[in-house]
Amino acid sequence: MNPAPSVIVFTVLSGMGFGYLALLATFHDYSGAAAFWHWAFGYVLATIGLMASVFHLGNPQRAWRAFTQWRSSWLSREAWGAVLTLLAFAPLALSDWLGLGLPRGFGWLGAALALATVLATGMIYAQIRAVPRWHHWSVPLLFLAYAVAGGCLLAGFRVSAILALVAVAITLWLHWRIGDGAFARAGSTLGSATGLGARGAVSVFEPAHTAGSYLLREMIYVVGRRHVPKLRMLALGAGVAAPVLALLLVPGTAGFGLAILLYLVGALAQRWLFFAQAEHVVGLYYGKR
Amino acid sequence: MTCLPGKTDKALGLVIDLDTCVGCQACVTACKGWNDQGYGAPLSDQNPYGAEPSGTFLNRVHSYQVQPDAAAPMIVNFPRSCLHCADAPCVTVCPTGASYKRAEDGIVLVNEDACIGCGLCAWACPYGAREMDADAGVMKKCTLCVDRIYNDTLPEVDREPACVRTCPTGARHFGDLADPTSAVSQLVAARAGYDLMPEQATRPTNKYLPPRQKDRPDQASLLAPLLDIKATGFAGWLDRVLGKI
Repeated sequence: MNPAPSVIVFTVLSGMGFGYLALLATFHDYSGAAAFWHWAFGYVLATIGLMASVFHLGNPQRAWRAFTQWRSSWLSREAWGAVLTLLAFAPLALSDWLGLGLPRGFGWLGAALALATVLATGMIYAQIRAVPRWHHWSVPLLFLAYAVAGGCLLAGFRVSAILALVAVAITLWLHWRIGDGAFARAGSTLGSATGLGARGAVSVFEPAHTAGSYLLREMIYVVGRRHVPKLRMLALGAGVAAPVLALLLVPGTAGFGLAILLYLVGALAQRWLFFAQAEHVVGLYYGKR
Repeated sequence: MTCLPGKTDKALGLVIDLDTCVGCQACVTACKGWNDQGYGAPLSDQNPYGAEPSGTFLNRVHSYQVQPDAAAPMIVNFPRSCLHCADAPCVTVCPTGASYKRAEDGIVLVNEDACIGCGLCAWACPYGAREMDADAGVMKKCTLCVDRIYNDTLPEVDREPACVRTCPTGARHFGDLADPTSAVSQLVAARAGYDLMPEQATRPTNKYLPPRQKDRPDQASLLAPLLDIKATGFAGWLDRVLGKI
């Protein structure tokens, strides 16, 4: 699948932002100007992500319509989740800033909504049967693990961040291990795609078109697949092992700053790979995967 | 709502005969031609006369080679377009309600005025039936020529999809596949029509008819009786005389 930069930036930043907001609402107790800046930072992260997602639309002026189909569409549920989460946190953010004394328990509703939003993001991909690598529960789990780890790093919880990063590593390993055999397990072949498989070995004789097309650009993106081992090392090494080391060895804010930068490098590499490596079954018709 | 209708009154669709398709691409051209006018945004081309042309098509014809274990290889031309699935995954993923399946006839359509061009429906389709139009930024797909089949201003013979109307070998058939007495349903029953990628659980409406078994090379040629020429008249007399000398 084509790794659109806007979608990669969106999923990484908004996931991190929602994770951060959830922790800010439940485990932190800032007040005054500090509260304002922390909340503003969380809101900006989540919102930048949402804005980025609008840029890959063909007709962004109609984006409001994406709120209408929450009953059937995970993308619509994600849109609702994002807006409801940001609204649910607003009273608490104001209370922290202005010292209104709203009870902390109020934050749990927003935190649950934030996690539900990240889950919906993961489900957008996991629901697609035509991309076997994505069609698995490990995908929403991976998005959740990244969001929680990013949130812990930004919130400054050292032990929790290390544990969350370890959870990311385990989920990544699981996702890769399950994903690598998913296409074969799905059972789609050129034989089943054409229905001619029972007669003999089917191969492409002539392509349907010699020029490029939307399908080839969008679904049959093969560039990233050549660099899979390197990108996996980058995701695990730079994105998990290095931030854990930074948190263990570098004391104070510097350790967190370093860990956050490394986490972002790893998360972006992983998300790029997530799209670039995913094979769509339509590639079978073109003799590609 | 982009929920699927539980049951449709009709199941309009195509039956494509892989035995008779010659891969002439006439259906591709007819489809492009008809959908350049009238219904929705026209199918655009980018850089059509340049080094790297690209364009939106709703129907594409592939060509495959099938190599059986113990027989001559076979070339099969293979038209690919929207199958108007009963469990269309492209419909339920749509966040805006632009993508829908009609309860009355089962046609899967896109309301282009509501499409935001997110492309998720094209991802959800296993068959590559949907292409985003680069000019209009909306998703395009086969409409089963909904602007032809119900069009009273057209002569009755033209009230079928453009690809079916144009096919010079009669490899494409249009009709109601929910009605077991319809011509297309009987064709499917007689020729063992099948679904593409049944493991994707989409329950396609369109069916494909398998190529018939070809003659074996060791079987006698159909032309054999014609090659046994019996000369008559003057040529016959000459044949007899020359044979005796």
